[in-house]
Amino acid sequence: MDFATFLIQCLNAMQYGLLLFLVASGLTLIFGIMGVINLAHGSFYMIGAYMAYALAPVVGAAFGGEFFSTMVAGLVLSVILGYVLEWAFFSYLYEREHLQQVLMTYGLILVFEELRSLLVGDDVHGVTVPDFLNGTLPLNDVMTYPVYRLFISGVCLLIAAAKWFVFTRTRLGMMIRAGTNNREMVQSLGIDITFLYRVVFAMGVALAVFAGMIAAPVSSVYPNMGNAVLIICFVVVVIGGIGSIKGALVAALLIGIVDTFGKVLVPQAAGVLVYVLMALILLWRPNGLFKD
Amino acid sequence: MRHPSSFVVTVFGLLALWPVVASSYGVDLVAKIMIYALLALSLELLVGSTGLVCFGQAAFFGIGAYAALLLAPADGSAPSLLISLLSAVVLAGVYALAVGALSLRTQGVYFIMVTLAFSQMAYYVVHDTPLGGGTDGIYMYVKPALGWIDLDQPMHLYGFIWFSLLLGYVFLTQLLRSPFGRALAGIRVNEQRMKATGFSTYPYKLAAFTLSGAIAGWAGYLFAIKDGFVNPELLSWHLSGAVLVMIILGGLGHMRGALIGAFAFALLQELFQSEAVFGSYAKHWHLGLGMAIIACVAFMPHGLVALPKQFRERLIGRSTHPKNTHTKEEAA
Amino acid sequence: MSAQILLRGKNLTRRWGGLVAVNNVSLDLARGSVHAVIGTNGAGKSTLINLLSGEFPPSSGEVELLGQDISQWPQPRRARAGLGRSYQRNTIYPSFTVLENCRLSAQAQHQQAWKFWRNAEADPVTQHIGHDAAVRVGLGDVLQRQAGFLSHGQKRQLEIAMCLATAPQVLLLDEPLAGMGAEETERMLTLLQELKQDHAILLVEHDMDAVFRIADCITVMVNGNVIASGTPDEVRNNPDVRSAYLGDH
Repeated sequence: MDFATFLIQCLNAMQYGLLLFLVASGLTLIFGIMGVINLAHGSFYMIGAYMAYALAPVVGAAFGGEFFSTMVAGLVLSVILGYVLEWAFFSYLYEREHLQQVLMTYGLILVFEELRSLLVGDDVHGVTVPDFLNGTLPLNDVMTYPVYRLFISGVCLLIAAAKWFVFTRTRLGMMIRAGTNNREMVQSLGIDITFLYRVVFAMGVALAVFAGMIAAPVSSVYPNMGNAVLIICFVVVVIGGIGSIKGALVAALLIGIVDTFGKVLVPQAAGVLVYVLMALILLWRPNGLFKD
Repeated sequence: MRHPSSFVVTVFGLLALWPVVASSYGVDLVAKIMIYALLALSLELLVGSTGLVCFGQAAFFGIGAYAALLLAPADGSAPSLLISLLSAVVLAGVYALAVGALSLRTQGVYFIMVTLAFSQMAYYVVHDTPLGGGTDGIYMYVKPALGWIDLDQPMHLYGFIWFSLLLGYVFLTQLLRSPFGRALAGIRVNEQRMKATGFSTYPYKLAAFTLSGAIAGWAGYLFAIKDGFVNPELLSWHLSGAVLVMIILGGLGHMRGALIGAFAFALLQELFQSEAVFGSYAKHWHLGLGMAIIACVAFMPHGLVALPKQFRERLIGRSTHPKNTHTKEEAA
Repeated sequence: MSAQILLRGKNLTRRWGGLVAVNNVSLDLARGSVHAVIGTNGAGKSTLINLLSGEFPPSSGEVELLGQDISQWPQPRRARAGLGRSYQRNTIYPSFTVLENCRLSAQAQHQQAWKFWRNAEADPVTQHIGHDAAVRVGLGDVLQRQAGFLSHGQKRQLEIAMCLATAPQVLLLDEPLAGMGAEETERMLTLLQELKQDHAILLVEHDMDAVFRIADCITVMVNGNVIASGTPDEVRNNPDVRSAYLGDH
């Protein structure tokens, strides 16, 4: 493998890893703060991708300037969706055992997949990259790299930084972190914990939906895309370690590397390699790479 | 051993008589349900009796199924049923041992995630590599044989499946009554306390996990010889989810809950897939099933087995449950 | 005749990151005596008991049981070797009967897990041991009641019974009197007086009257350190203890 190809694969690995981190961070946010394991998290990713496909013509006709307005419309819709879902469904899961949460959110996956099937059908779709991001960056005299993929990586990093800022430097972040440790205490301080949880859940949903939206041009839009992402997210969380954001980032990048280079070097075993990685890490560190 | 309960006699008696009254479609359907019931029993050992929520049971089921085909003799002769079955069960058990050894070092939600991940790993092995024949699956051309048992005959096959289910049920209910089973029950309620009392809990959990995987492999083997065909979807996590639904639908903590749940789930599936009831929406049966799952878990968390009790409590207006989610355990 | 030292903690220290929960604590437990450990919340009493029982290993120091170094032994192994422990919160099995709770504990010393054809309920050995343990703590007339329906005091008694059913030599009791009324406390103290005849008992407690009545030796802890250790009179008159903990009585 020459250097340019190697560089391309590295950039691909980084892009995939950062995208995974974006989705996984939504999952761990909801689990870490409300203690709910949400199997339907992958479905939000799927919803994001389908939104990118289905909303674009609608938004474009109404507002013009397709790409960014679709993003904004999608984000607004996802926050509303998250808010309503938390109120109608997820708030009832906080007190339940993990098994019940797993099964109820599993039922939710089935519901989401079928609703998608009823509303938008089962076909595979592509989403076009907006013109202004459609260029390529030259790497050497022969190879180039798509700007859009760099855009994805950049956006993911930006969001990760923004999340870090909100959590460590703002009052909202402080309230959220306090809410994790002691729900009653936070309530007695006059903070509306119900509203707080709703906000956090909406944030988690928005992260997954947004990831699906920006990934759509690269991964295309197809049924069951959410499920594959969900399970890889679980692997990210397991490898990264209990409650560790740093671990999730490292794990996501590791998986990005193993998966990307695996597809190139050992295409037949590519799907399995990520799990082999997980098995090896569990052998060495049963609680994941970093503990909270 | 205790005398068999009336439940066991009734259910297995009815199942034995079923082929006399049913059409060949009905016989095939019940044979399939009995196989899923055996799978559900294996999961009940883990989830209901030991408190280990495993989301990867399909892997062991699928390995048992694939073993039935992959270990058939190359010359095309009929393999011996005993050897063939034994190999399938051992293979599934070995994978369970490996997965268990790694995943039992994690707890709670992480255990659920890890078991799901390892199940996906097995799925990708058969899906992507030539080992499993890829997405097309593999066909079985010659069924195993043992003496006068000819599995090509539907009655023999039905009888063998019926016998396997009975064996599994009797074995597991006895296991739960044994000291090993009591230890598992203690681990489910309070593992820390068990350790403080002197039980090394990891070997117990690993043994339960391996045994559960082996029995799931047996069920998978039966599936393969019944349909004569295997494909990667047998290891799909949707099957793992379905089995979990079965046991919670029937009622955790009871082996008979697993049986009841398997039948109830199969009936639900038939209902939602039936065009007579849902017309053209029948192909979207996942929607109805998903909503039914949510409703069942939300409103009937103790399952069908506990319905009479739940009903009685509603009428009396007080709880007969002590401070815990399960009532006094009955092994059967 | 000098009393036999059954359990010895030598220079036990436990750190959690930068926090030192237990700092250089040593204590001996002799057969026929009750050694109480008292201290304010956060003094390190729970950590000490956890170090002795094996829930986690010490950062430094040793634990010796009957002369053998068990510092790296996991908890189940220590329990099987004769180290029994009860918990501050109830760890009984609510859906099992009183007798079943005791039998399960007794089973720890007679595991034979591979004999799957045996009925646990029919086993005479665990029946005998479990029954005796339950009767010894005074639960003889509620053997068939589901443990979840017992009164709080009875549950605390059952907690001790489960400990006794493993035939321990050393008893590590974490606040056995927690939440008990006067009558129940009396019963428990009588029981402890009886038990100390053939066991070595470590008692972590907040009830000062009970401690001074029953303890042969008291260790006082503050912020992970031992500030005094000796007979009840010595401790009562120790100026450090008075200022840090007892107030001026």
